[in-house]
Amino acid sequence: MAEVMELNYTISNEDFTRAGEASSDVKKKLKQLGVSPDAIRKVAIALYEGEINMIIHAYGGKITVTISEDAITLVLADKGPGIADVEKAMQAGFSTAPDKVRSLGFGAGMGLPNMKKNSDEMDIKTEIGVGTTVTMVIRI
Amino acid sequence: MTVRDLANIEEFKQVSDMTDTEITKVFCCDLLSIAMGKAPAGSAWVTVMANVNTLAVATLTDVACIILAEGVSLENDLIEKAKEEGIAVLKTDLSIFDSALLINKSL
Repeated sequence: MAEVMELNYTISNEDFTRAGEASSDVKKKLKQLGVSPDAIRKVAIALYEGEINMIIHAYGGKITVTISEDAITLVLADKGPGIADVEKAMQAGFSTAPDKVRSLGFGAGMGLPNMKKNSDEMDIKTEIGVGTTVTMVIRI
Repeated sequence: MTVRDLANIEEFKQVSDMTDTEITKVFCCDLLSIAMGKAPAGSAWVTVMANVNTLAVATLTDVACIILAEGVSLENDLIEKAKEEGIAVLKTDLSIFDSALLINKSL
């Protein structure tokens, strides 16, 4: 697998019924490529949490997945409100999700911590009123 | 014990199609955010949360099956989706605790 492969997805606003479609598709492709189940699970979890975050907080966004020989890079970019306090957002249990989202079983403040836990590197670039870009690297 | 074996236990009713996946342990959680990070692959996941996102989390975490406790069931369109995606779903009138206990005894 010397070639670099790129996958692109657009996540639409407030569409909880479609959340997970990008993650499922990436999971299927990685399976076909013969990536280890452990790495696939990490990518699937990190990406799904990212998808949910984009739907809850950022009115959707774009996901780019790059698969190279030794790593999978996930870039999630949105034009949402930005994260006011990244350090706080990274704390397990801290959440600003609305009640509607909580009633669906989300909003426990585990999203970003789960993303960090499942990636080897994670970087958050955010600006209030401009948007957020989360980059995660999972080594394979 | 496989998922199909579980469906043969009187208390559990089949909701979607069963599989021959081996159940490795039991996992209980209703918060999808936590289930997403913690549900072990191959586990029987007992929950009362029955929405489309439950199915997505089950697929992504590779749990062996979903057991809906406390008499909860899936809406018809979600049963179809579970079948399409090959997710085994069962239901029971037992509580989460009693379901988990029964499955664990049967492992």
